[in-house]
Amino acid sequence: MNRFDYIRPVSVPEAIAAAAVPGSAYLAAGTNLLDLMKVGASRPERVINITRLPGLDRIEWLPDGGVRVGTLVRNSDLAYDERFAKTFPVVAEALLSGASAQLRNAATVGGNLMQRTRCAYFHDLAGACNRREPGSGCDALGGENRLQAVLGWSEHCIATHPSDFCVPLAALDAIVEVEGPHGGREIALDTLHRLPGATPEQETALLPGELIVALRLPAEASSFSRNARYIKLRERTSYAFAVVSAAAALEVEGGTIRKARIALGGVAAKPWRAREAEALLEGKQATAQAFAEAAELALAEARPSGDNAFKIELAHRIVTRALSLALEGTPQAMPALPASPFPALSGANHVI
Amino acid sequence: MSSEIAFPSPQHRRHGSSAGQPLTRRDGVLKVTGRATYAADNHPEGMLYAVTAVSSIARGRVTALDVEAAKAHPGVVEVLTPANRPPLSHDPDDKIPPFGFRVEVLQDDTVRYVNQPIALVIAETLEAATEGAALLNPQYEVESARTGLENGERFDTPAVGVGAPSRTAYGDIDAGLAAAVRVTEADYVTPPQYHNAMEPHAVVAQWDGDRVTLDMPNQALALSCAAYAAYFGIPAGNVLIRSPFLGGGFGSKAILNGPQILAILAARMLDRPVKLALTRAQMYGPVGHRGQTWQKLRLGTDGEGRLTALHHHVLAATSSFDEFMEPAANASLPLYASPAILAEHDGLRLDTGTPGPMRAPGEASGSAVLEVAMDEAAIACGMDPLEFRLANYAETEPGTGKPFSSKSLRECYAEGAKRFGWSGRPLEPRRMRDENGFLVGWGMGTAVFHCPHFPAEARATLRADGTALVETAGADMGQGAWTALAQIAAEALGLDPDQVELHSGISSLPDGGIAGGSGHTASAGLALHNAGVDAIARLAELATADPASPLFGAGNIGVEARSGRLHRRDDEGRSESYSEILARAGQAEVVGTAKAARDPAVAEAHALFSHGAVFAEVKVDPDLGQVRVTRLVGAFAAGRIINPRLVRSQYFGGMIWGISFALQEEAVTDRRTGRIMNADLAEYHVPVNADVPSLDAILIPEDDPYVNPLGVKGVGEIGITGTVGAIANAVWHATGVRVRHFPIRLEDLLVNQRDVTSAFGN
Ligand SMILES: Cc1cc2nc3c(=O)[nH]c(=O)nc-3n(C[C@H](O)[C@H](O)[C@H](O)COP(=O)(O)OP(=O)(O)OC[C@H]3O[C@@H](n4cnc5c(N)ncnc54)[C@H](O)[C@@H]3O)c2cc1C
Ligand code: SF4
Repeated sequence: MNRFDYIRPVSVPEAIAAAAVPGSAYLAAGTNLLDLMKVGASRPERVINITRLPGLDRIEWLPDGGVRVGTLVRNSDLAYDERFAKTFPVVAEALLSGASAQLRNAATVGGNLMQRTRCAYFHDLAGACNRREPGSGCDALGGENRLQAVLGWSEHCIATHPSDFCVPLAALDAIVEVEGPHGGREIALDTLHRLPGATPEQETALLPGELIVALRLPAEASSFSRNARYIKLRERTSYAFAVVSAAAALEVEGGTIRKARIALGGVAAKPWRAREAEALLEGKQATAQAFAEAAELALAEARPSGDNAFKIELAHRIVTRALSLALEGTPQAMPALPASPFPALSGANHVI
Repeated sequence: MSSEIAFPSPQHRRHGSSAGQPLTRRDGVLKVTGRATYAADNHPEGMLYAVTAVSSIARGRVTALDVEAAKAHPGVVEVLTPANRPPLSHDPDDKIPPFGFRVEVLQDDTVRYVNQPIALVIAETLEAATEGAALLNPQYEVESARTGLENGERFDTPAVGVGAPSRTAYGDIDAGLAAAVRVTEADYVTPPQYHNAMEPHAVVAQWDGDRVTLDMPNQALALSCAAYAAYFGIPAGNVLIRSPFLGGGFGSKAILNGPQILAILAARMLDRPVKLALTRAQMYGPVGHRGQTWQKLRLGTDGEGRLTALHHHVLAATSSFDEFMEPAANASLPLYASPAILAEHDGLRLDTGTPGPMRAPGEASGSAVLEVAMDEAAIACGMDPLEFRLANYAETEPGTGKPFSSKSLRECYAEGAKRFGWSGRPLEPRRMRDENGFLVGWGMGTAVFHCPHFPAEARATLRADGTALVETAGADMGQGAWTALAQIAAEALGLDPDQVELHSGISSLPDGGIAGGSGHTASAGLALHNAGVDAIARLAELATADPASPLFGAGNIGVEARSGRLHRRDDEGRSESYSEILARAGQAEVVGTAKAARDPAVAEAHALFSHGAVFAEVKVDPDLGQVRVTRLVGAFAAGRIINPRLVRSQYFGGMIWGISFALQEEAVTDRRTGRIMNADLAEYHVPVNADVPSLDAILIPEDDPYVNPLGVKGVGEIGITGTVGAIANAVWHATGVRVRHFPIRLEDLLVNQRDVTSAFGN
């Protein structure tokens, strides 16, 4: 590990000032950043620990019914907050399907949003990676790319964004509140992560030194609370990233879909909102046929970036499934295996 | 740390003999309270830290290392490279028998696999050593990596595994195939897998003149001492290995590896203790793995579903510079009655680290494929898979005709099938659904494992206070050896296990043999048993020769040891306690010793195997291909069971490994570079709790008068065999999709399912 400066600011302005120096990185729980530093994929010269910043660890309910979540709120604390889980069950389910209990107990909101890709070549210093080292090439192309992107990728980068949390957030029009050297601003979560294009190293819309301070879910997002699901396919039942995942949320009235929200995970460098598919469903009868059409449309642009055509088929099927489960209704209690297509099974009567 | 470890166990209660009782682990409390000292927990005064720099290419040469930069880093003390590596007394390219491998110890600048050590950086802190290694910035001359069938170099090999024959033929395979009504033929692939013991390989080496003390996890103490002694040019007695606890080994800690030798060398060179602990990623190369296999099975069957021929061909990967290969085809030798069996292997040289024995080496990968092939053949014959196996039940060892020392496989089939509820299983796939519309499938497989026996020695000391100390240099890898071995010794000594102190895990004790091949309890156990018997015999001599003893003159009639007393065999009422006998003889103790080995005549006359049957239920999402194993029932017969609690745990562990093999484990290798792309526990998947359903392991009673005087077979590895095939067969039964490679992935089950009516949607 390289030598670096370690700074522990006590106020947001102090943190932002400290981060003005190039080569700085904010450190939250470190479950992602420290791993990357250990393998050398991230070599910040200045690490700014934000975990002592005051006032960023609160869940605040807004007068209009929306919620504002401080960036330091732990993933578990948010998922288990009763009112939050009731109002935005699809977000809680996505959170509880991620990582492991230990990681969720540590991981923060901002850290989860800003976690880096799991592309193996990004982590492997011997490999060429445009995202890690602009212009060096992309070893994932033509390499072991079974799990890479099928939407929005470019020949410069085919990585995916790994977060589960971000998928329903994108679907529900979440907003990220940011403070930076030039003051505060708001970014729609859907535009926080960037598609790679020719500049995969520009991973997010954050400018140098900008700090996420909070996440907001608008009041309208609560209108889906009765019909919303997150479904995640993975290669073991827990402690594994999504191969593909989908969040689906519906507002249904007498069998007619009034509003629909769909986002996919594990398919692109950002959580993938499928707006056209949503539009197709709105005003339609909630039928298997309509869901299949929506899935078709959601993936119309998809193409394999390597040995991963199966992900398109899987993504198609999981959108359909997430929609039909959403239609069935949000489960009364959090499923024992959150986001699993399997209902509770014997031997698994706790969240893992 | 103390050089000897004692395990008190005050809570144990005894009912007659302690052997056969489900005692809890003697070391359990130490482990769960964090007081067990593992190798890397040792910090001798003045200790330095070593970190290996490893190659990022699979084949070529190191042309430059920036040693200056590394040395300039604060805290770095020394950098070992091929240029300054002190000499070894034994050529590292020359393998030390019986289990030696060629070791990579900077003998030259050649690179033969990814993660090969190319330098060792020694520093005052771990951080400095790590950064020093990073600063070496190696430059390479790269040659193309051979990573698969397309570019690997095929070769004929005389031996596979540890000296097993690469080709065994019983009967005439061509005639058998020609006589068949049906031939079922298919190709299968198993992936490279890595042991991934929880505790990484580590050593703390301390020299004192020409004596060296090594704190390291080790499955084969005496053999390792001899081998280290050879490399360092000192007598074997000058090497002391302390290995009180191992955080798993699975075969990878029975073999000497390059990194540890380099650390020991550095400790001598710098005259300070040196610690080396590999990182998880560094364990994907120099410390062994289960090599990839490509297997072809041809099963000929007659009109009644009896095998006429069983042909198992295996192409097994190994490194470019050594020979260990999965003896996978040999899994087809001992199990099914076929007049013709051909098991043969070819080698494939790849630019990888050398494979090594990994839990059920050969049996795991061979059984996985054999059991799937048997399922395919059963289906071809229109038979239930269990019925098909019973039709091919081997009453004597196939090929040799030798009687089995004991074989209770029929009972395993029957009990397992009953507990599982196998009867009524539809023959066709995709016939069962659960209440939620998920596809349900049932599959089975036969488990089998051989029973090796390693020579071992032990000492038993009866003490004046009526307690005993028993000693043998064995290894507890977590399987519970300390507990089971103490139970065996206690039984021989006629004592309660609470009164028996066991010293083990240190090489200065009598040679406890190898903790491998599922043979440790039998091997070290027999030595302890014999030592106990010897101690009792000596005690009896004292008593029966002493006119003041109630046992005087009982020499011919004999005495029995029970509850700390010797009883006259023909008169229960005449007895004397051990303490009384010793006190009167004026002796502080009496010491029994023993060497134990298998009687070669018995081994020659019998086929020695443990058996079992595993039944699996899986549920599969019909649209998404997601699989869950929902039930696993195994029934195993492995001779006498010393401790059913520990044995059941071994079966569970094996069966869970079977889930792993069937559905999760695979080292993903970049085909272009040979780099392993998932060399960490986040991406190299092994099951988590949520993957493991309710497990059932049935212990089928079995009395074996031949396998060894204790009647003990082995239980450590058999659980994997049978299970992998059972799960794969259940997946087929659920979906109708036959997957012929492992692990079975989501995409494998998406094939051809669009047209199948879904249970979902409306
Ligand atoms: C083995 C493993 C399995 C996992 N499985 C999953 C999974 O299945 N699903 C899933 O969604 N996630 C998974 N994760 C990822 C996990 O969710 C993230 O590591 C975690 O959310 C990161 O949060 P943190 O607080 O530790 O962030 P850190 O590691 O501290 O930071 C991560 C990044 O975010 C930046 N950052 C942090 N806070 C801010 C801020 N306020 N403003 C600007 N930048 C900021 C940091 O600079 C850094 O670049 C897994 C992780 C591991 C190690
Ligand atoms: S896919 Fe992106 S992250 Fe992965 S190697 Fe290519 S450029 Fe790097």
